[in-house]
Amino acid sequence: MTLETIVDELGLKCKCCWEKLKREVTGGYSGDLLSDVMGNSSSGDIWVTRQVHLNIVAVASLKDHAGIVIVQGAKPDKDTLEKAQKEGIPIMVSDLSEFEVVGKIYHLMHYAQ
Amino acid sequence: MTLREIKELLDAEIVVGEDKLDLEIKTAFGADLMSDVLAFARSGCLLITGLSNPQAVRTAYALDIAGIVVCRGKALTDKFIDIAKELGIPILWTQFIMFEACGRLYREGITGCIREVLVEDKQRAQ
Amino acid sequence: MKASRVASARSWLRTSNVPSDEYLEGIYYVQGRDFVDAGIVSSEIKKNLKEKGIPESIIRKVAVVTFEAEVNIISYAEQGTIQYYVEPGSITIEAKDIGIGIEDIELAQQEGYSTADDSIREMGFGAGMGLANIRKYSDEFEITSVPKEGTYLRSTIYVNGK
Repeated sequence: MTLETIVDELGLKCKCCWEKLKREVTGGYSGDLLSDVMGNSSSGDIWVTRQVHLNIVAVASLKDHAGIVIVQGAKPDKDTLEKAQKEGIPIMVSDLSEFEVVGKIYHLMHYAQ
Repeated sequence: MTLREIKELLDAEIVVGEDKLDLEIKTAFGADLMSDVLAFARSGCLLITGLSNPQAVRTAYALDIAGIVVCRGKALTDKFIDIAKELGIPILWTQFIMFEACGRLYREGITGCIREVLVEDKQRAQ
Repeated sequence: MKASRVASARSWLRTSNVPSDEYLEGIYYVQGRDFVDAGIVSSEIKKNLKEKGIPESIIRKVAVVTFEAEVNIISYAEQGTIQYYVEPGSITIEAKDIGIGIEDIELAQQEGYSTADDSIREMGFGAGMGLANIRKYSDEFEITSVPKEGTYLRSTIYVNGK
């Protein structure tokens, strides 16, 4: 499943790196503690979080995430978006809660095909 | 869903609150940031978190949250368990990551609870 | 408030001989950087109010306000106190601390603005929601601060809404 499908199905707003939305998503991770995400997420994951801090880009980049979904209507900092653009990490936003965004993505990944 | 069914669904252990397994759960909130829980979660919901420090239990107690699911098999300290017992907060412990736990619960019809808060805020503002 | 009544949160209510009328007000000492017990004051105040039969929805608001105030003191101050008193129709919470204070109070109240370091974030706090939460759950809210000296915060919650 591509990022683009997830963006379309959930009505996410993509804030940067639209050109990367064709990337394949191979798994999902959700969490707001950076050390946890750093330690436990995998390459190709779509990361669902409500952290907006600049450091999320570094984590996503190091772990080679497919993209980050910021939930609960939280707004990514300007620095965060600039860095994400530079590092090539798509950042998407949603007004839904972390639980619902994860639930919908999980559903798409497991049952939609 | 009852806490007992959730325990089965998440292949979880009940660490605290064996006597509360018949509790009915309708909504859930997934977060590691306790301030978000304090801002958005509703009483009666299930908290799904990777945080296993005493603050998580105290946050749940502050909001009358029905129970906590600690994900990723995160080690639980005696202090965490003692406080949960003292405050009467059921604790489920699962090896699943939060993504998997939330995904499974959502699939079973548990809903998020953020929107109701916004409704309540609007009502308050009127 | 007499200084002698300022005791550590841990010992304060373990002493079971506190006269019952004192459940209607209380003052707790909060030690800066003591994350292990973060939230204990909020839990204790909640327990006290429950015993008084105050409506649960009101208690939850008080619990959130005291929790966030407590975490703020632990995160940013050397030490502080949290005090609450129940009056006819309302509950007031006052938090005072000696600490770094707040440079820009308007900015500090914005959701998402935070000066927290990584140690605070890894505890599940420091996302810039604290003061916003307190204001959200308060019917009256006041905050003053002197940078490098400390912060005073007062929150009042009406029992029957505004």
